[in-house]
Amino acid sequence: MIEARNINKTFGEHHVLKDVSCIFEKGKTNLIIGQSGSGKTVLMKCLVGLFEVDSGMVSYDDRNFTTMNFEQRKTLRQEIGMLFQGGALFDSMNVEENVMFPLNMFTSQTVAEKLERVNFVLNRVNLENVNYLMPSELSGGMRKRVAIARAIAMKPQYLFCDEPNSGLDPHTSGVIDHLIREITEEYDITTIVNTHDMNSVLSIGDSVAYIYEGKLWWKGNKETILHTDNPELNEFVFGTELTSRLKK
Amino acid sequence: MPKIFTTIGMYVLLMQKVFSRPQKRRIYWNQLMSEINSLGLESLGIVAFISAFMGAVVAIQTAYNITSPLIPMSMVGFTVRQSVILEFSPTVISLILAGKVGSRIASEIGTMRVTEQIDALEIMGVNSANYLIFPKITALILINPVLIVFSMWMGILGGWVAMVASSLVSTNDFVSGIRIGFQGYTIFYAITKTIFFAFIISSVSGFYGYITRGGALEVGQASTKAVVFSSVIIILFNLVLTQLLLT
Repeated sequence: MIEARNINKTFGEHHVLKDVSCIFEKGKTNLIIGQSGSGKTVLMKCLVGLFEVDSGMVSYDDRNFTTMNFEQRKTLRQEIGMLFQGGALFDSMNVEENVMFPLNMFTSQTVAEKLERVNFVLNRVNLENVNYLMPSELSGGMRKRVAIARAIAMKPQYLFCDEPNSGLDPHTSGVIDHLIREITEEYDITTIVNTHDMNSVLSIGDSVAYIYEGKLWWKGNKETILHTDNPELNEFVFGTELTSRLKK
Repeated sequence: MPKIFTTIGMYVLLMQKVFSRPQKRRIYWNQLMSEINSLGLESLGIVAFISAFMGAVVAIQTAYNITSPLIPMSMVGFTVRQSVILEFSPTVISLILAGKVGSRIASEIGTMRVTEQIDALEIMGVNSANYLIFPKITALILINPVLIVFSMWMGILGGWVAMVASSLVSTNDFVSGIRIGFQGYTIFYAITKTIFFAFIISSVSGFYGYITRGGALEVGQASTKAVVFSSVIIILFNLVLTQLLLT
């Protein structure tokens, strides 16, 4: 479980996160949704420590992340896997080297053991015979799947996904969404997904937090989100031509 | 003015992160070898080319300016040696490497920053500054003195070839000029300067790459800043080191 309590974050004069408190439960796919610029990416980066919070607290299973020093955070981060918007695969390494990277850095396994783990996680994300391809030779969906494989290589307890569907077609988006959900349930981990894709919300949103103008505006799940009377959330949910037609 | 102090402060803080024990020695060693190859050995061609031609130009200019019969033609070899060892190889080649290697370091790390690869390293628990910049600094400090000694050889060789080819100075005169009053300390001076310049090129370029924010435009700007500031700092340190080591 990850808990964010009274988080505030400003950039210069711009108050991006305003007293955000939220609990992200274990074994569930927790979604953070909101319009572009609402502060959801900043919230996620505050949760993983890429941004320092101005005030408030982040805790991982009752371990206060905010007060940890560099070494303590380094240790905790070995329990975290993160999928970035563009995949963030290392350009100079092939697929196998990318996935093996955290194993090389943090384990003393033999090459054979590491290779076995790499092939296992690549198979898990339905990728085969791609070990020696460079990131530039992969499609968008494949890059995301390799990034997921790298994120789960160390058997993380917490998985963060920053807009996993950006730049993908609806079918591939669905594949990635289901993969994230399956991995969450299979490994019983705490997963937080940052998205503004309503398809993802409706298919994997076990828990949904709506961020509006830097505040936690609404919290529910994929069932309740369609029946809320919150006007700002309704504007977001039924904001597209397709969803507004379906609502009518 | 305060912005300069902020930048210097950020640079010092980054260097604190850079100079820590590498996570895994074996990975660091592999990176070091790779950087020595990409930053150093791949520069051999350009260093050889520029050094040889500059040595030739210095020799020709000196030979044409010796009009008095009282000045022996061996002075050409002496002038080539002194200018190449004292200034041309350590400083001018370092400035050229600041352009070639500095822009490469800044753009490589800057691109990693804007494509979130550095964030990915941080999330994994890797000290990204140490992982990315430290091998580059050590590689340049190790390989640049080799490049500079090679440049000295090529500069003097270029001067000799130009003199022999143009028949302005005989080989005997040129070689005896090279030997006149040679002091080994000048080599120490040149290599000391080179080591300082190697550190400046790699750390300043690494810094500008690491603090890049934005996209392709900002990566280009970081690359330009890395080259400009490395060059300016090299010129300033050249004066300071010359004052300290030669007076």
